[in-house]
Amino acid sequence: MIRCALNGAPAALPGGMTLLQALRAQGLNTPRFGCGEERCGACHVLLEGRSTPSCALPVEAAEGRAVVTLEGLGGRAAPHPLQRAFLAEEAGQCGFCLAGIIVTAAALLRENPDPDEASLRAALDPHLCRCGSHNRILRAIRRAAAEMRA
Amino acid sequence: MNLAFHGPAPEGEGGPRLPGSLRLNPRLEQWLAFHPDGTVTIRPGKVELGQGILTALAQIAAEELDLPPERIRIAPTVTGESPNEAVTSGSLSVQEGGMALRQACAEARARFLSVAAQASGAPLAAIRVEEGRFIGPGGEIGSYAAFAGRGLLAGEARGEAAPKPPAARRLAGRSLPRLDLPAKIFGEARFLHDLRLPGMLHARMIRPPRPGAVLVEAPAHPALWREGGFLAVIAETEAEAERLAPRLAAACRWQGGAEIPDDPQAWLDAAPGEESLVARHGAPPEGGRMLRRLFRRPFLAHGSVGTCCAVALWEGGVMRVWSHAQGPYNLRADLAKVLGLPEEAVVVEHREGAGCYGHNGADDVALDAALAARARPGRPVRALWTRAEEFASAPLSPAMAVAVEAVLDEAGTLASWRSHVRSNGHSGRPGRGAVPVLLAAPLLPGGRPVPPSQDAPLAGGGGAQRNQIPAYRTPHLEARMTRLSEMPIRCSALRGLGALIHVWAIESVMEELAAMAGEDPLAFRLRHLDDPRAREVLLAAAAMAGWEGRAGLPEGEGLGLGFARYKNSGAWCAVAAHLRAEERLRCLSLSIACDMGEVINPDGAENQLEGGALHAVSIALHEAVRIGEGRVLSDSWAAYPVLRFRDAPAVAVRLIARPEEPPLGAGEASMGPTIAAIANAVHQALGVRPERLPFTPENL
Repeated sequence: MIRCALNGAPAALPGGMTLLQALRAQGLNTPRFGCGEERCGACHVLLEGRSTPSCALPVEAAEGRAVVTLEGLGGRAAPHPLQRAFLAEEAGQCGFCLAGIIVTAAALLRENPDPDEASLRAALDPHLCRCGSHNRILRAIRRAAAEMRA
Repeated sequence: MNLAFHGPAPEGEGGPRLPGSLRLNPRLEQWLAFHPDGTVTIRPGKVELGQGILTALAQIAAEELDLPPERIRIAPTVTGESPNEAVTSGSLSVQEGGMALRQACAEARARFLSVAAQASGAPLAAIRVEEGRFIGPGGEIGSYAAFAGRGLLAGEARGEAAPKPPAARRLAGRSLPRLDLPAKIFGEARFLHDLRLPGMLHARMIRPPRPGAVLVEAPAHPALWREGGFLAVIAETEAEAERLAPRLAAACRWQGGAEIPDDPQAWLDAAPGEESLVARHGAPPEGGRMLRRLFRRPFLAHGSVGTCCAVALWEGGVMRVWSHAQGPYNLRADLAKVLGLPEEAVVVEHREGAGCYGHNGADDVALDAALAARARPGRPVRALWTRAEEFASAPLSPAMAVAVEAVLDEAGTLASWRSHVRSNGHSGRPGRGAVPVLLAAPLLPGGRPVPPSQDAPLAGGGGAQRNQIPAYRTPHLEARMTRLSEMPIRCSALRGLGALIHVWAIESVMEELAAMAGEDPLAFRLRHLDDPRAREVLLAAAAMAGWEGRAGLPEGEGLGLGFARYKNSGAWCAVAAHLRAEERLRCLSLSIACDMGEVINPDGAENQLEGGALHAVSIALHEAVRIGEGRVLSDSWAAYPVLRFRDAPAVAVRLIARPEEPPLGAGEASMGPTIAAIANAVHQALGVRPERLPFTPENL
């Protein structure tokens, strides 16, 4: 078993599979499978605070480390500022890409609370949104950043 | 476009005239149910694809019933229970489903109020509804909740009750928040992909390397299920299924099969097809100056971010399937055909998936899951596609070529418009023909090849010929289409269908004609447009983008316009695109003006128009399915580039308010105009008129 901290609690994950497979087998709804080759961003999680694709990463890489999924950032009772901002901006259409994007934005804002446009877009570049919600997503992240700085 | 396949509504002798989908589903109980706790369940047959339709429908219902929106519950579409609204496509959901629901709710309200009036003696006109309670002159005289059990919804709609007049609406027309987004933003189980049933198994499929290839050898393995040439790896866990599938696939041997032509454009020009006349009026002019142009576009993929998924359970002679397909009843019809079951023994229940943008593999994976479930009776089976299947096994949007010949008369006015489109059919949806069209169907014993896809007639929205007819006045018009009768790549509907290429072709030729006439392209368009709603969106988009300052743009930049009325019967939309030529073309901003009649949820409409426009930017500048070595080479995002965050242009949307007019869909209206606007901006920036999509350096 792979021992790690999953969304703040100790967890034991089965080995011999990808981190994405292991997390979904735990009953988590995110991360999501999008391509299996680290090219779409749907499967990003925070691994030791860094936004990381989980679809091709062996679960063994999580041994002794902290893993945070979208669920670990916040929920209805205690939403993360990014989740509040995405709701305020109605930042999504189908919503399938959002889990990975919000996780990446959380990592970005922790490292850089006031990212300029170029670094914001560069951070999101691994993520595909096919519904065309890009501008709303960018607005939501700027809104959350402003709120988190205040 | 689904109307076209339904045929005309069977209106009885002197029967009521009912709006939208209510004509074919007139039983009120199919549409809504009142509960003693004061809530109401609505049961739409149109499904959520990420376009926000459920929110709009809940607003419509709450409006007509005078209920707070939070009292509206929405039941998932289930065959046998929900109204059959065919396919959620063609930007028709508010028109067909919304207007049906509006009438059904108005009629339900009228029935409840008339009972309250009779029971209380209060005059009907004196009763008002407050949060679901009926208030007469002397106080409360009933409520939806109190009368819920009285069977008042029995029987068919009669078309007698009138929905509220536009001025009385308080909820329809407001930007209520999306009902489905919170669950998606909090990571709750809302997608079909998150449906976890007890004892659920996991399936991954092994596909033939080419269409028509015959399986000659498959390894013996307890997890490998074979039925004819259909192969599925069925395992207890996802990880196990995904580990085994590539290993077992490598041990399979296939023979034969059809090669895909290496040069799709050369094939498109030479392939056999049926030619037909789309529209014609007037007589060809004598003289004038003729302009001939040819426009081409490649095969396009839907490219959903989530891969296709379905869950199926075969138990007690019933096949139950959970699917994110756009047409649950259509899917049921083809599943029943393939499985040899009566339709009643197949139940398709909708669950949300990732955005599909048209007919992707959602229907196909439902058959995959059903076949795997039949192999494991009593156990639910979840089938999920790989990214490679998503590109190479799902239906693609066909490559197309459009030839235009236009004549400008001595006065610089359009005298003749001829166009001819060559394409595969754009509709290969299930449930419409005798032969099932689902991917795995031909592989099964006795399976027949999937017939070439069709096109709806123009009156039903058309397919390859969608938007082939310009909105511009011309004394002579002749539009023809050739639908190819061979289909080496399975083709079906992608958001916009033929409109994507026709709107671009029309708007490009109009700009060239304007140049020949020595006139500003906006003024030239306006001179040929009689429709005031068309003129208004064009003027609005031009004003938003600063059209007057166009000549002052720096070298290498361009501002282009594009306009169309989607399907010639839907929303009017004009787009101005500001573009800069760098190493590649970069679209900097889009200004969108749209008249879509009554708008139920303005923020949702803007979201859809912007989304369609960004999808179109992606198609204009990035997308093409790569084909070679006799097969589809695009099997990964690496081989199918799309728009990314770094290149997303700024977008401004203006909705023209027309609450008195019928509502029209927003999901596709901005796409053709966006591609056209970009093409015209390219001309200003680089001095060339694009003739081939995508507008990459190689194609320019």
